[in-house]
Amino acid sequence: MSIPSRHFDALIIGAGGAGLNAALQLASADVRVAVVSKVFPTRSHTVAAQGGVNAALANVLPDNWHWHMFDTVKGSDYLGDQDAIEFMCREAIPTVYELEHAGVPFSRLDNGKIYQRAFGGQSQDFGGDQAARTCAAADRTGHAILHTLYQQNIRARTHFFDEFFALDLVRDKDGVIAGALVLEIETGEPLLIEAKATLLATGGCGQVFRTTSNAHINTGDGCAMALRAGIPLMDMEFYQFHPTGIAGKGMLITEGVRGEGGFLVNKDGERFMERYAPRAKDLASRDVVSRSIVTEVKEGRGAGENGDYILLKLDHLGAEVIDKRLPGIRESSRIFAGADPIREPIPVFPTAHYAMGGIPTDRFGRVVVPVGSGSEQVVAGLYAAGECACASVHGANRLGGNSLLDILVFGRLAGKDIIDFVRENPYQRSVDPASLEEAMSRLTRWDQKGGGVPAHQLRAEFRKCMEDHAGVFRTEEVMAEGYQRLCELRDQFKDARLTDHSKVFNTARIEALELQNLIDVGLSIAVSALHRKESRGAHSRPDYPNRDDVHWMKHSLYYREADRMDYKPVRTKPLTVESFPPKERVY
Amino acid sequence: MSGPIRQPDPVTDEELRRLRWQCRRGMLELDHLLSGFLDRGYRDLDARGRTEFLALLDNQDQELSDWFMSRSIPEDPVVRDLVRHIVAVVTPRRT
Repeated sequence: MSIPSRHFDALIIGAGGAGLNAALQLASADVRVAVVSKVFPTRSHTVAAQGGVNAALANVLPDNWHWHMFDTVKGSDYLGDQDAIEFMCREAIPTVYELEHAGVPFSRLDNGKIYQRAFGGQSQDFGGDQAARTCAAADRTGHAILHTLYQQNIRARTHFFDEFFALDLVRDKDGVIAGALVLEIETGEPLLIEAKATLLATGGCGQVFRTTSNAHINTGDGCAMALRAGIPLMDMEFYQFHPTGIAGKGMLITEGVRGEGGFLVNKDGERFMERYAPRAKDLASRDVVSRSIVTEVKEGRGAGENGDYILLKLDHLGAEVIDKRLPGIRESSRIFAGADPIREPIPVFPTAHYAMGGIPTDRFGRVVVPVGSGSEQVVAGLYAAGECACASVHGANRLGGNSLLDILVFGRLAGKDIIDFVRENPYQRSVDPASLEEAMSRLTRWDQKGGGVPAHQLRAEFRKCMEDHAGVFRTEEVMAEGYQRLCELRDQFKDARLTDHSKVFNTARIEALELQNLIDVGLSIAVSALHRKESRGAHSRPDYPNRDDVHWMKHSLYYREADRMDYKPVRTKPLTVESFPPKERVY
Repeated sequence: MSGPIRQPDPVTDEELRRLRWQCRRGMLELDHLLSGFLDRGYRDLDARGRTEFLALLDNQDQELSDWFMSRSIPEDPVVRDLVRHIVAVVTPRRT
């Protein structure tokens, strides 16, 4: 097998905030770094992050990293690792200053300091008054960060492979990761990129669900590559859903709509939230509202031709209030739902938003796997950062402003650690031909012709099944039935075929490769959720409604082989301060 | 206005595949608008319109999002018209 190859010190797969921040550390230290991205880098999903980055700068209100740490541990429903959380909250401050110096145009106070806004879940003095911790560049923080990092990488001469799709990791004869096999989308030709260290920074996996706020590119590619390399995924059952996405499309309709007086009704016009949450009604917590919507649909009270959504009514607020206080909502609803909320309700359904779980790493971005009982070891040369990784800073639930922080801190630290790693490991390992052949088979299987289920049909069915059986409504019965069906679809995938066998820009083939990733990652969510018999953070089970710290204060580890589950303890000991013991999470 | 009705040139599969990947963006809203237009409106464009669509795809995601969501208006009237046309084609019609 003759496949062209390129050699680098470090290979980064993914060009969002985590990948680009790591690449910048490396290129600035004269390490030869390649970044592979399936789309042009500034089209990565980081661009969609509007909110901001948390850091205890204390520019607006008193603050310190220890309070930030408390809020994050509490927000995680005590499933986050406290050493990693302490580390992230401390590192947040230099990370933001470094971005400021790199040119990110943060919004400013009159005194010239970075402006900070208040977000939910932020407190002063360990649960006291509201804090103001989120640094933002107007309402386009992700865009500003992504563009700054990209331009700095161009200046530092990072080598970009734009529109290359990563197929799989490759190993040497000892099993050590030695780079990845990638596919040039334009030509359809494979390329082997050999590297001493490889960082997975491929972002989220929202596309495993039918309704998601994630862009089409978020197909869990890095997570699936890790699974196929025998690495488990951690805490995958913890997936954040937003209760009001535009039905069938997924775009977020902000909670502010309900805050301003909008309310949900079923097909009979009933304000059903009064039944599920008599006091808070439409302003109940996200998981309660999400589950109520799904229950209404399941019990036949959904609106629309197929009865598969609920209506968000705000016409009673009047055009002036809607235009003034909810800018963008009217436009979004008109364009994507064909409904002008001044006259008619918006069709909504819970939308999959953010994965707390991912590839398990330590606080330096190094991928870690368990060995024996209780201990774990670093996978030499393999790193992960960003939404595809799980350094365990979000635990069971992520706070607003902590996702951009996560990708930036751990991208930066992974970059710094890789610098040391490549200095200590100066020689390139030889790729095992068997490993390369296995990676190639993932591509060549799509050259087979003949019958079989069309890949695009399987994709739609799989995503719908994930939504119905591993989404917000998680009872034993619903999930067990779903698992059976997902397994059937996984079996059918083995016989899936393409009708288009061309090479140049064969997007059907890329989507088929992505489908394999969606199936692998989707199963990790479904199986992890089925096994966790408690409710914690974003994982909410009506049949096990309480948090169970005695049996379940532990991390899930899902292995692809035989859908096996394992568990490891939560790291409750911080680096330098006292632990925060688990308490009931009340706001 | 009278005159011969000009049929749009046929679109090649390769052209569509290339464009489909350029319609993959960092924001779900743009994925829907641009891919939706590629499926439902692109074939009806004449040669100049197709060139304009290709040029539109070169803009940054944030800028495209601002234009589509009416947060700002493109200075170039050609781009302005194209943005309006894409929204009109993609917006679902409810009965």
